[in-house]
Amino acid sequence: MTFDSIFQIAFFWFFAILGIAGGIGLITQKNPVMAALSLILNFFSIAGLYLSLQAEFLAVIQILVYAGAIMVLFLFVIMLLNMQDEQNQQFDVMKGLAFLLGLGFFGELLFVFNSFMGKSVSGAFPLGKVEPIGMQMMTNYLFPFEMISVVLLAALIGAIIIAKKHSYK
Amino acid sequence: MVLSSGILVLIQVAATFTFIALFTLWAVYAERKVSAWIQDRIGPMEVGPHGAFQTAADILKLILKESIIPAAAQPLLFIAAPIVIFVSVFAGYAALPVGPDIIASSFSVGVLYIIAIIAVDVIGLLSAGWGSSNKYALLGSVRAVAQMISYEIPTALIIIATVMMTGSLNLQVIALRQGIFSDVPVHLWGMMDITHVGGFLSWNIVRYPHLIPAFIIFFISTLAECNRAPFDLPEAESELVSGFHVEYSGYRFAVIFLAEYAKMLLVCLIGAILFFGGWNTPLPNIGSLSLAEWTSGTGTIAATLWGVCWLLLKGVLLILLQMWVRWTYPRLRMDQLTTLCWKYLIPGSILIFFLSGIIRLWEVGGL
Repeated sequence: MTFDSIFQIAFFWFFAILGIAGGIGLITQKNPVMAALSLILNFFSIAGLYLSLQAEFLAVIQILVYAGAIMVLFLFVIMLLNMQDEQNQQFDVMKGLAFLLGLGFFGELLFVFNSFMGKSVSGAFPLGKVEPIGMQMMTNYLFPFEMISVVLLAALIGAIIIAKKHSYK
Repeated sequence: MVLSSGILVLIQVAATFTFIALFTLWAVYAERKVSAWIQDRIGPMEVGPHGAFQTAADILKLILKESIIPAAAQPLLFIAAPIVIFVSVFAGYAALPVGPDIIASSFSVGVLYIIAIIAVDVIGLLSAGWGSSNKYALLGSVRAVAQMISYEIPTALIIIATVMMTGSLNLQVIALRQGIFSDVPVHLWGMMDITHVGGFLSWNIVRYPHLIPAFIIFFISTLAECNRAPFDLPEAESELVSGFHVEYSGYRFAVIFLAEYAKMLLVCLIGAILFFGGWNTPLPNIGSLSLAEWTSGTGTIAATLWGVCWLLLKGVLLILLQMWVRWTYPRLRMDQLTTLCWKYLIPGSILIFFLSGIIRLWEVGGL
């Protein structure tokens, strides 16, 4: 076996285990800050898995957008709101419904994964590179791309107006 | 085969780490001497000739000291924070072209990777401040995060503007296209072909004069991202004792310190690569006096050494500029900090971004 293939396997297992550990940490930690940090660990591991598919652009954007921007915002809000540790709560109808939904989703995922079993992805994953994404955005998906920017602009203006209204009261 | 590739990776990591540690020793000494000269003092003089071994002695003392974890701190966060801070900066060096043939990972999206991985630093700062369970540390880290997140926007916009001008996200290609070894023709101000002249004329900042204000914005916002004066509000000794790392001592403090200087060097090297030709020589070919070809090259050991020396020279000059600024300007207020970023730097960088697009379009004949 070459160094590359050993390294690839080690790379995959390292990030797979780390990602699952992060996911378990997210739902078992009582302290919201620790839960958010576990989620960051999970996002990071997924970026590592993207890298092993040679989807470099996707991996970098995963870190930049999720681990960097969104999770820092989460942590900031949690810290500023000074949230308390989660208390043990009674089991109720809503929780039962959520449990059933989760179970259904899990079964669905298992079904999808089973259809991938035994198949291997050969070579590079073309969609994760920057050139094909750029090409697609500027040709086939130009209209949706521009629409997204309009929606984001509207959200930005909305946020400013809401903030302004409160400061003038 | 397995062992040799593995060992090569380890050697690269160890060499980079050793270099950063030695650089930090030198930079702290330089910082103290520069500040002393600016303030008309003599600075450290006791340990070694002209105090040259003062920082080595200081670091030795720091490493030997007991590292205290406060009783109220959250141990996991407190211990993990310096590691996250250092690793996120150290990982940025992986995509940095040090010479014409030396780059740890020739990643196709190198610049974006560096922007993304440096941003992770913020998480380390937040967990340091939160994990210390100290109000000064928390205030310091909240300030640091607010500052770094807002100054990341102009930095990223300016970086993308230079990427647009060179047409690649790979830092090695960006450096390559600013010298005599460029794979595409190099034009000065869109007119003269200077591919074989090289030197400082083919640097981005000379070829595209609109990148001069871009470099100024880049320099200011990287100062703020490194939490350096005049943007050292997160550490503000007079109000916050020393900010997010007030509870750290011993080797944990040394790691945070190392990360701070490693980040200074990293942003200066990125600045040198994006605007000042990276490892390319500043000397142009003048007729038969082919200075550019004598002082650079590819493939040979001498060429690599020339490249590394030019890049480090440019980086160190930018670092001295950072130090000069630190000991010259007073600290900004919080409102001045946000005003500068959101009302001046971001609109300025959007304008440069827009201009870059137009100039690029004109260059390729689209206008």
